Amino acid sequence: MSQQALPPSWQHVGRHAVFPDSALDDTARFDFLANLNGYLATQLSPKVKAAYEGRVKPAFEKEKGRAPQTRHEVRKAMAGDAIYQTWSALRRSSMEMRQQAGRGLVLKQVDALIEKTRALNASDDGLQLDASVQVPRYSSAVDIHCMPGGYHTELLADDVSAAANYDCGIFATTGGMLGRYNDGGGQALAQWLQEHHPGFKPRRILDIGCTVGHNIVPLAQAFPDAEVIAIDVAAPMLRYAHARARALGINNITFRQANGETLDYADGSFDLITTAMFWHESSSTAMPRKLHEIQRLLASGGLTAHLEQPQYHGMDPYEQFIRDWDAYNNNEPFWSVMHEYDLRQMMAAAGFDAERYFETKVRGVVDRDIFPVASESGEDHGRAALWTMFGAWKA
Amino acid sequence: MSIDPIALAGSRARGKRPYFFKDPDVERVLSIAMAIAMENAVTHQRLDALERLIEQKGLLSREELDQFRPDREAEAQRTLWMKEYIARVLRIVQQETEAVEGGAMDVPMEEVMDALRNE
Repeated sequence: MSQQALPPSWQHVGRHAVFPDSALDDTARFDFLANLNGYLATQLSPKVKAAYEGRVKPAFEKEKGRAPQTRHEVRKAMAGDAIYQTWSALRRSSMEMRQQAGRGLVLKQVDALIEKTRALNASDDGLQLDASVQVPRYSSAVDIHCMPGGYHTELLADDVSAAANYDCGIFATTGGMLGRYNDGGGQALAQWLQEHHPGFKPRRILDIGCTVGHNIVPLAQAFPDAEVIAIDVAAPMLRYAHARARALGINNITFRQANGETLDYADGSFDLITTAMFWHESSSTAMPRKLHEIQRLLASGGLTAHLEQPQYHGMDPYEQFIRDWDAYNNNEPFWSVMHEYDLRQMMAAAGFDAERYFETKVRGVVDRDIFPVASESGEDHGRAALWTMFGAWKA
Repeated sequence: MSIDPIALAGSRARGKRPYFFKDPDVERVLSIAMAIAMENAVTHQRLDALERLIEQKGLLSREELDQFRPDREAEAQRTLWMKEYIARVLRIVQQETEAVEGGAMDVPMEEVMDALRNE
């Protein structure tokens, strides 16, 4: 068995001055979860598909005289299958254990974390909170991906616990495939720009829904002379993101509490506007509003680029069903709807030239010293993250 | 600290929890079993670290145990252990999928008994 087939230990997670302190037991919990997720994804998930092909689909065909045509038909048919039930119950349980493990680690030291972030955040005016910003319903109706309290809940004054919990667990949830600083998405975007548009030098960059800032930091590093604004509605995320960026030596990002649906910047204020894994946590009215705002804020010749999970168009019903699991079972209520949209049409409706719309696949940039073989061979080996990137250049 | 970190660590996420099995009691037991499985893994990792440290140094402090970071080789061994451990705990899942893949489920034992009685 090759070492590369197994996820890296959480001991390689990227640490910075506001990352929670941990002990051996915390590493063991995250390692257990990473390996359990690996088992569910690589060993049990193929059996779920085999159960569909081998017994659920034939039974459906026998009853209806045709194959399931939509992911909803597949979901209803699969609900009674024992292997699917086991896989789902274990997956849900894994999510809940991950939250408890992260919160258990963070909440025991929350006072110290608050003090550390306060000290770093007092050093400059790069953190701009606005208590009048309302947490939108799509962010508060349920706790997104089963994080108790969501992104925004504050247990104490100047709380950062939601953010520290989010930051420390991604490495275990993704088996390290986003890199030790969970920044594989931002790094992929920076690398794509360097390879395909080496002459593009944005002076002002806006990142919407930045959470802990893990994907905007690589862009701030790639364009050190740019003025970067990263916004989010959740104060705990922004406090932590600002302290985290400063701790990593990044000084050209301002973290601002704001909702991307309406921003007070002048038309054409930005050359590059980005999001990462953002749209599926929005809503059907907010998403067009935000795209319209992006179109307004983008300067002529500017670029907007978004990393997301792939859209369902063109996928067979089973593939759609399995990708839809999180919508129903991991508190991602807009995921299913969002992945049906025709993004080119939505961008056009927001005012972008449909001819300038693009869609491509980008691979997460993984850390060479954690994944030596995967990165040297240039192959996936099932470890690298693969996203859809869509966007448009403004005329 | 004005909060209860133990109780809050286990807070529920708002949103109706899905139950996948016909009987939610089964899922409750599974959830508890998985928590025990994880904590057993934690114990194993800690013991493994302890043994390695004792071997390396011939002495031990609590501080040293918490500072233990396995080297590449040890990390690979420990990760492999985790894989085997998960397979062990989830044995019934493997065996149920094997039963499905092997075609029809086994016939009831009574039928085998009757067959042997009449042979």
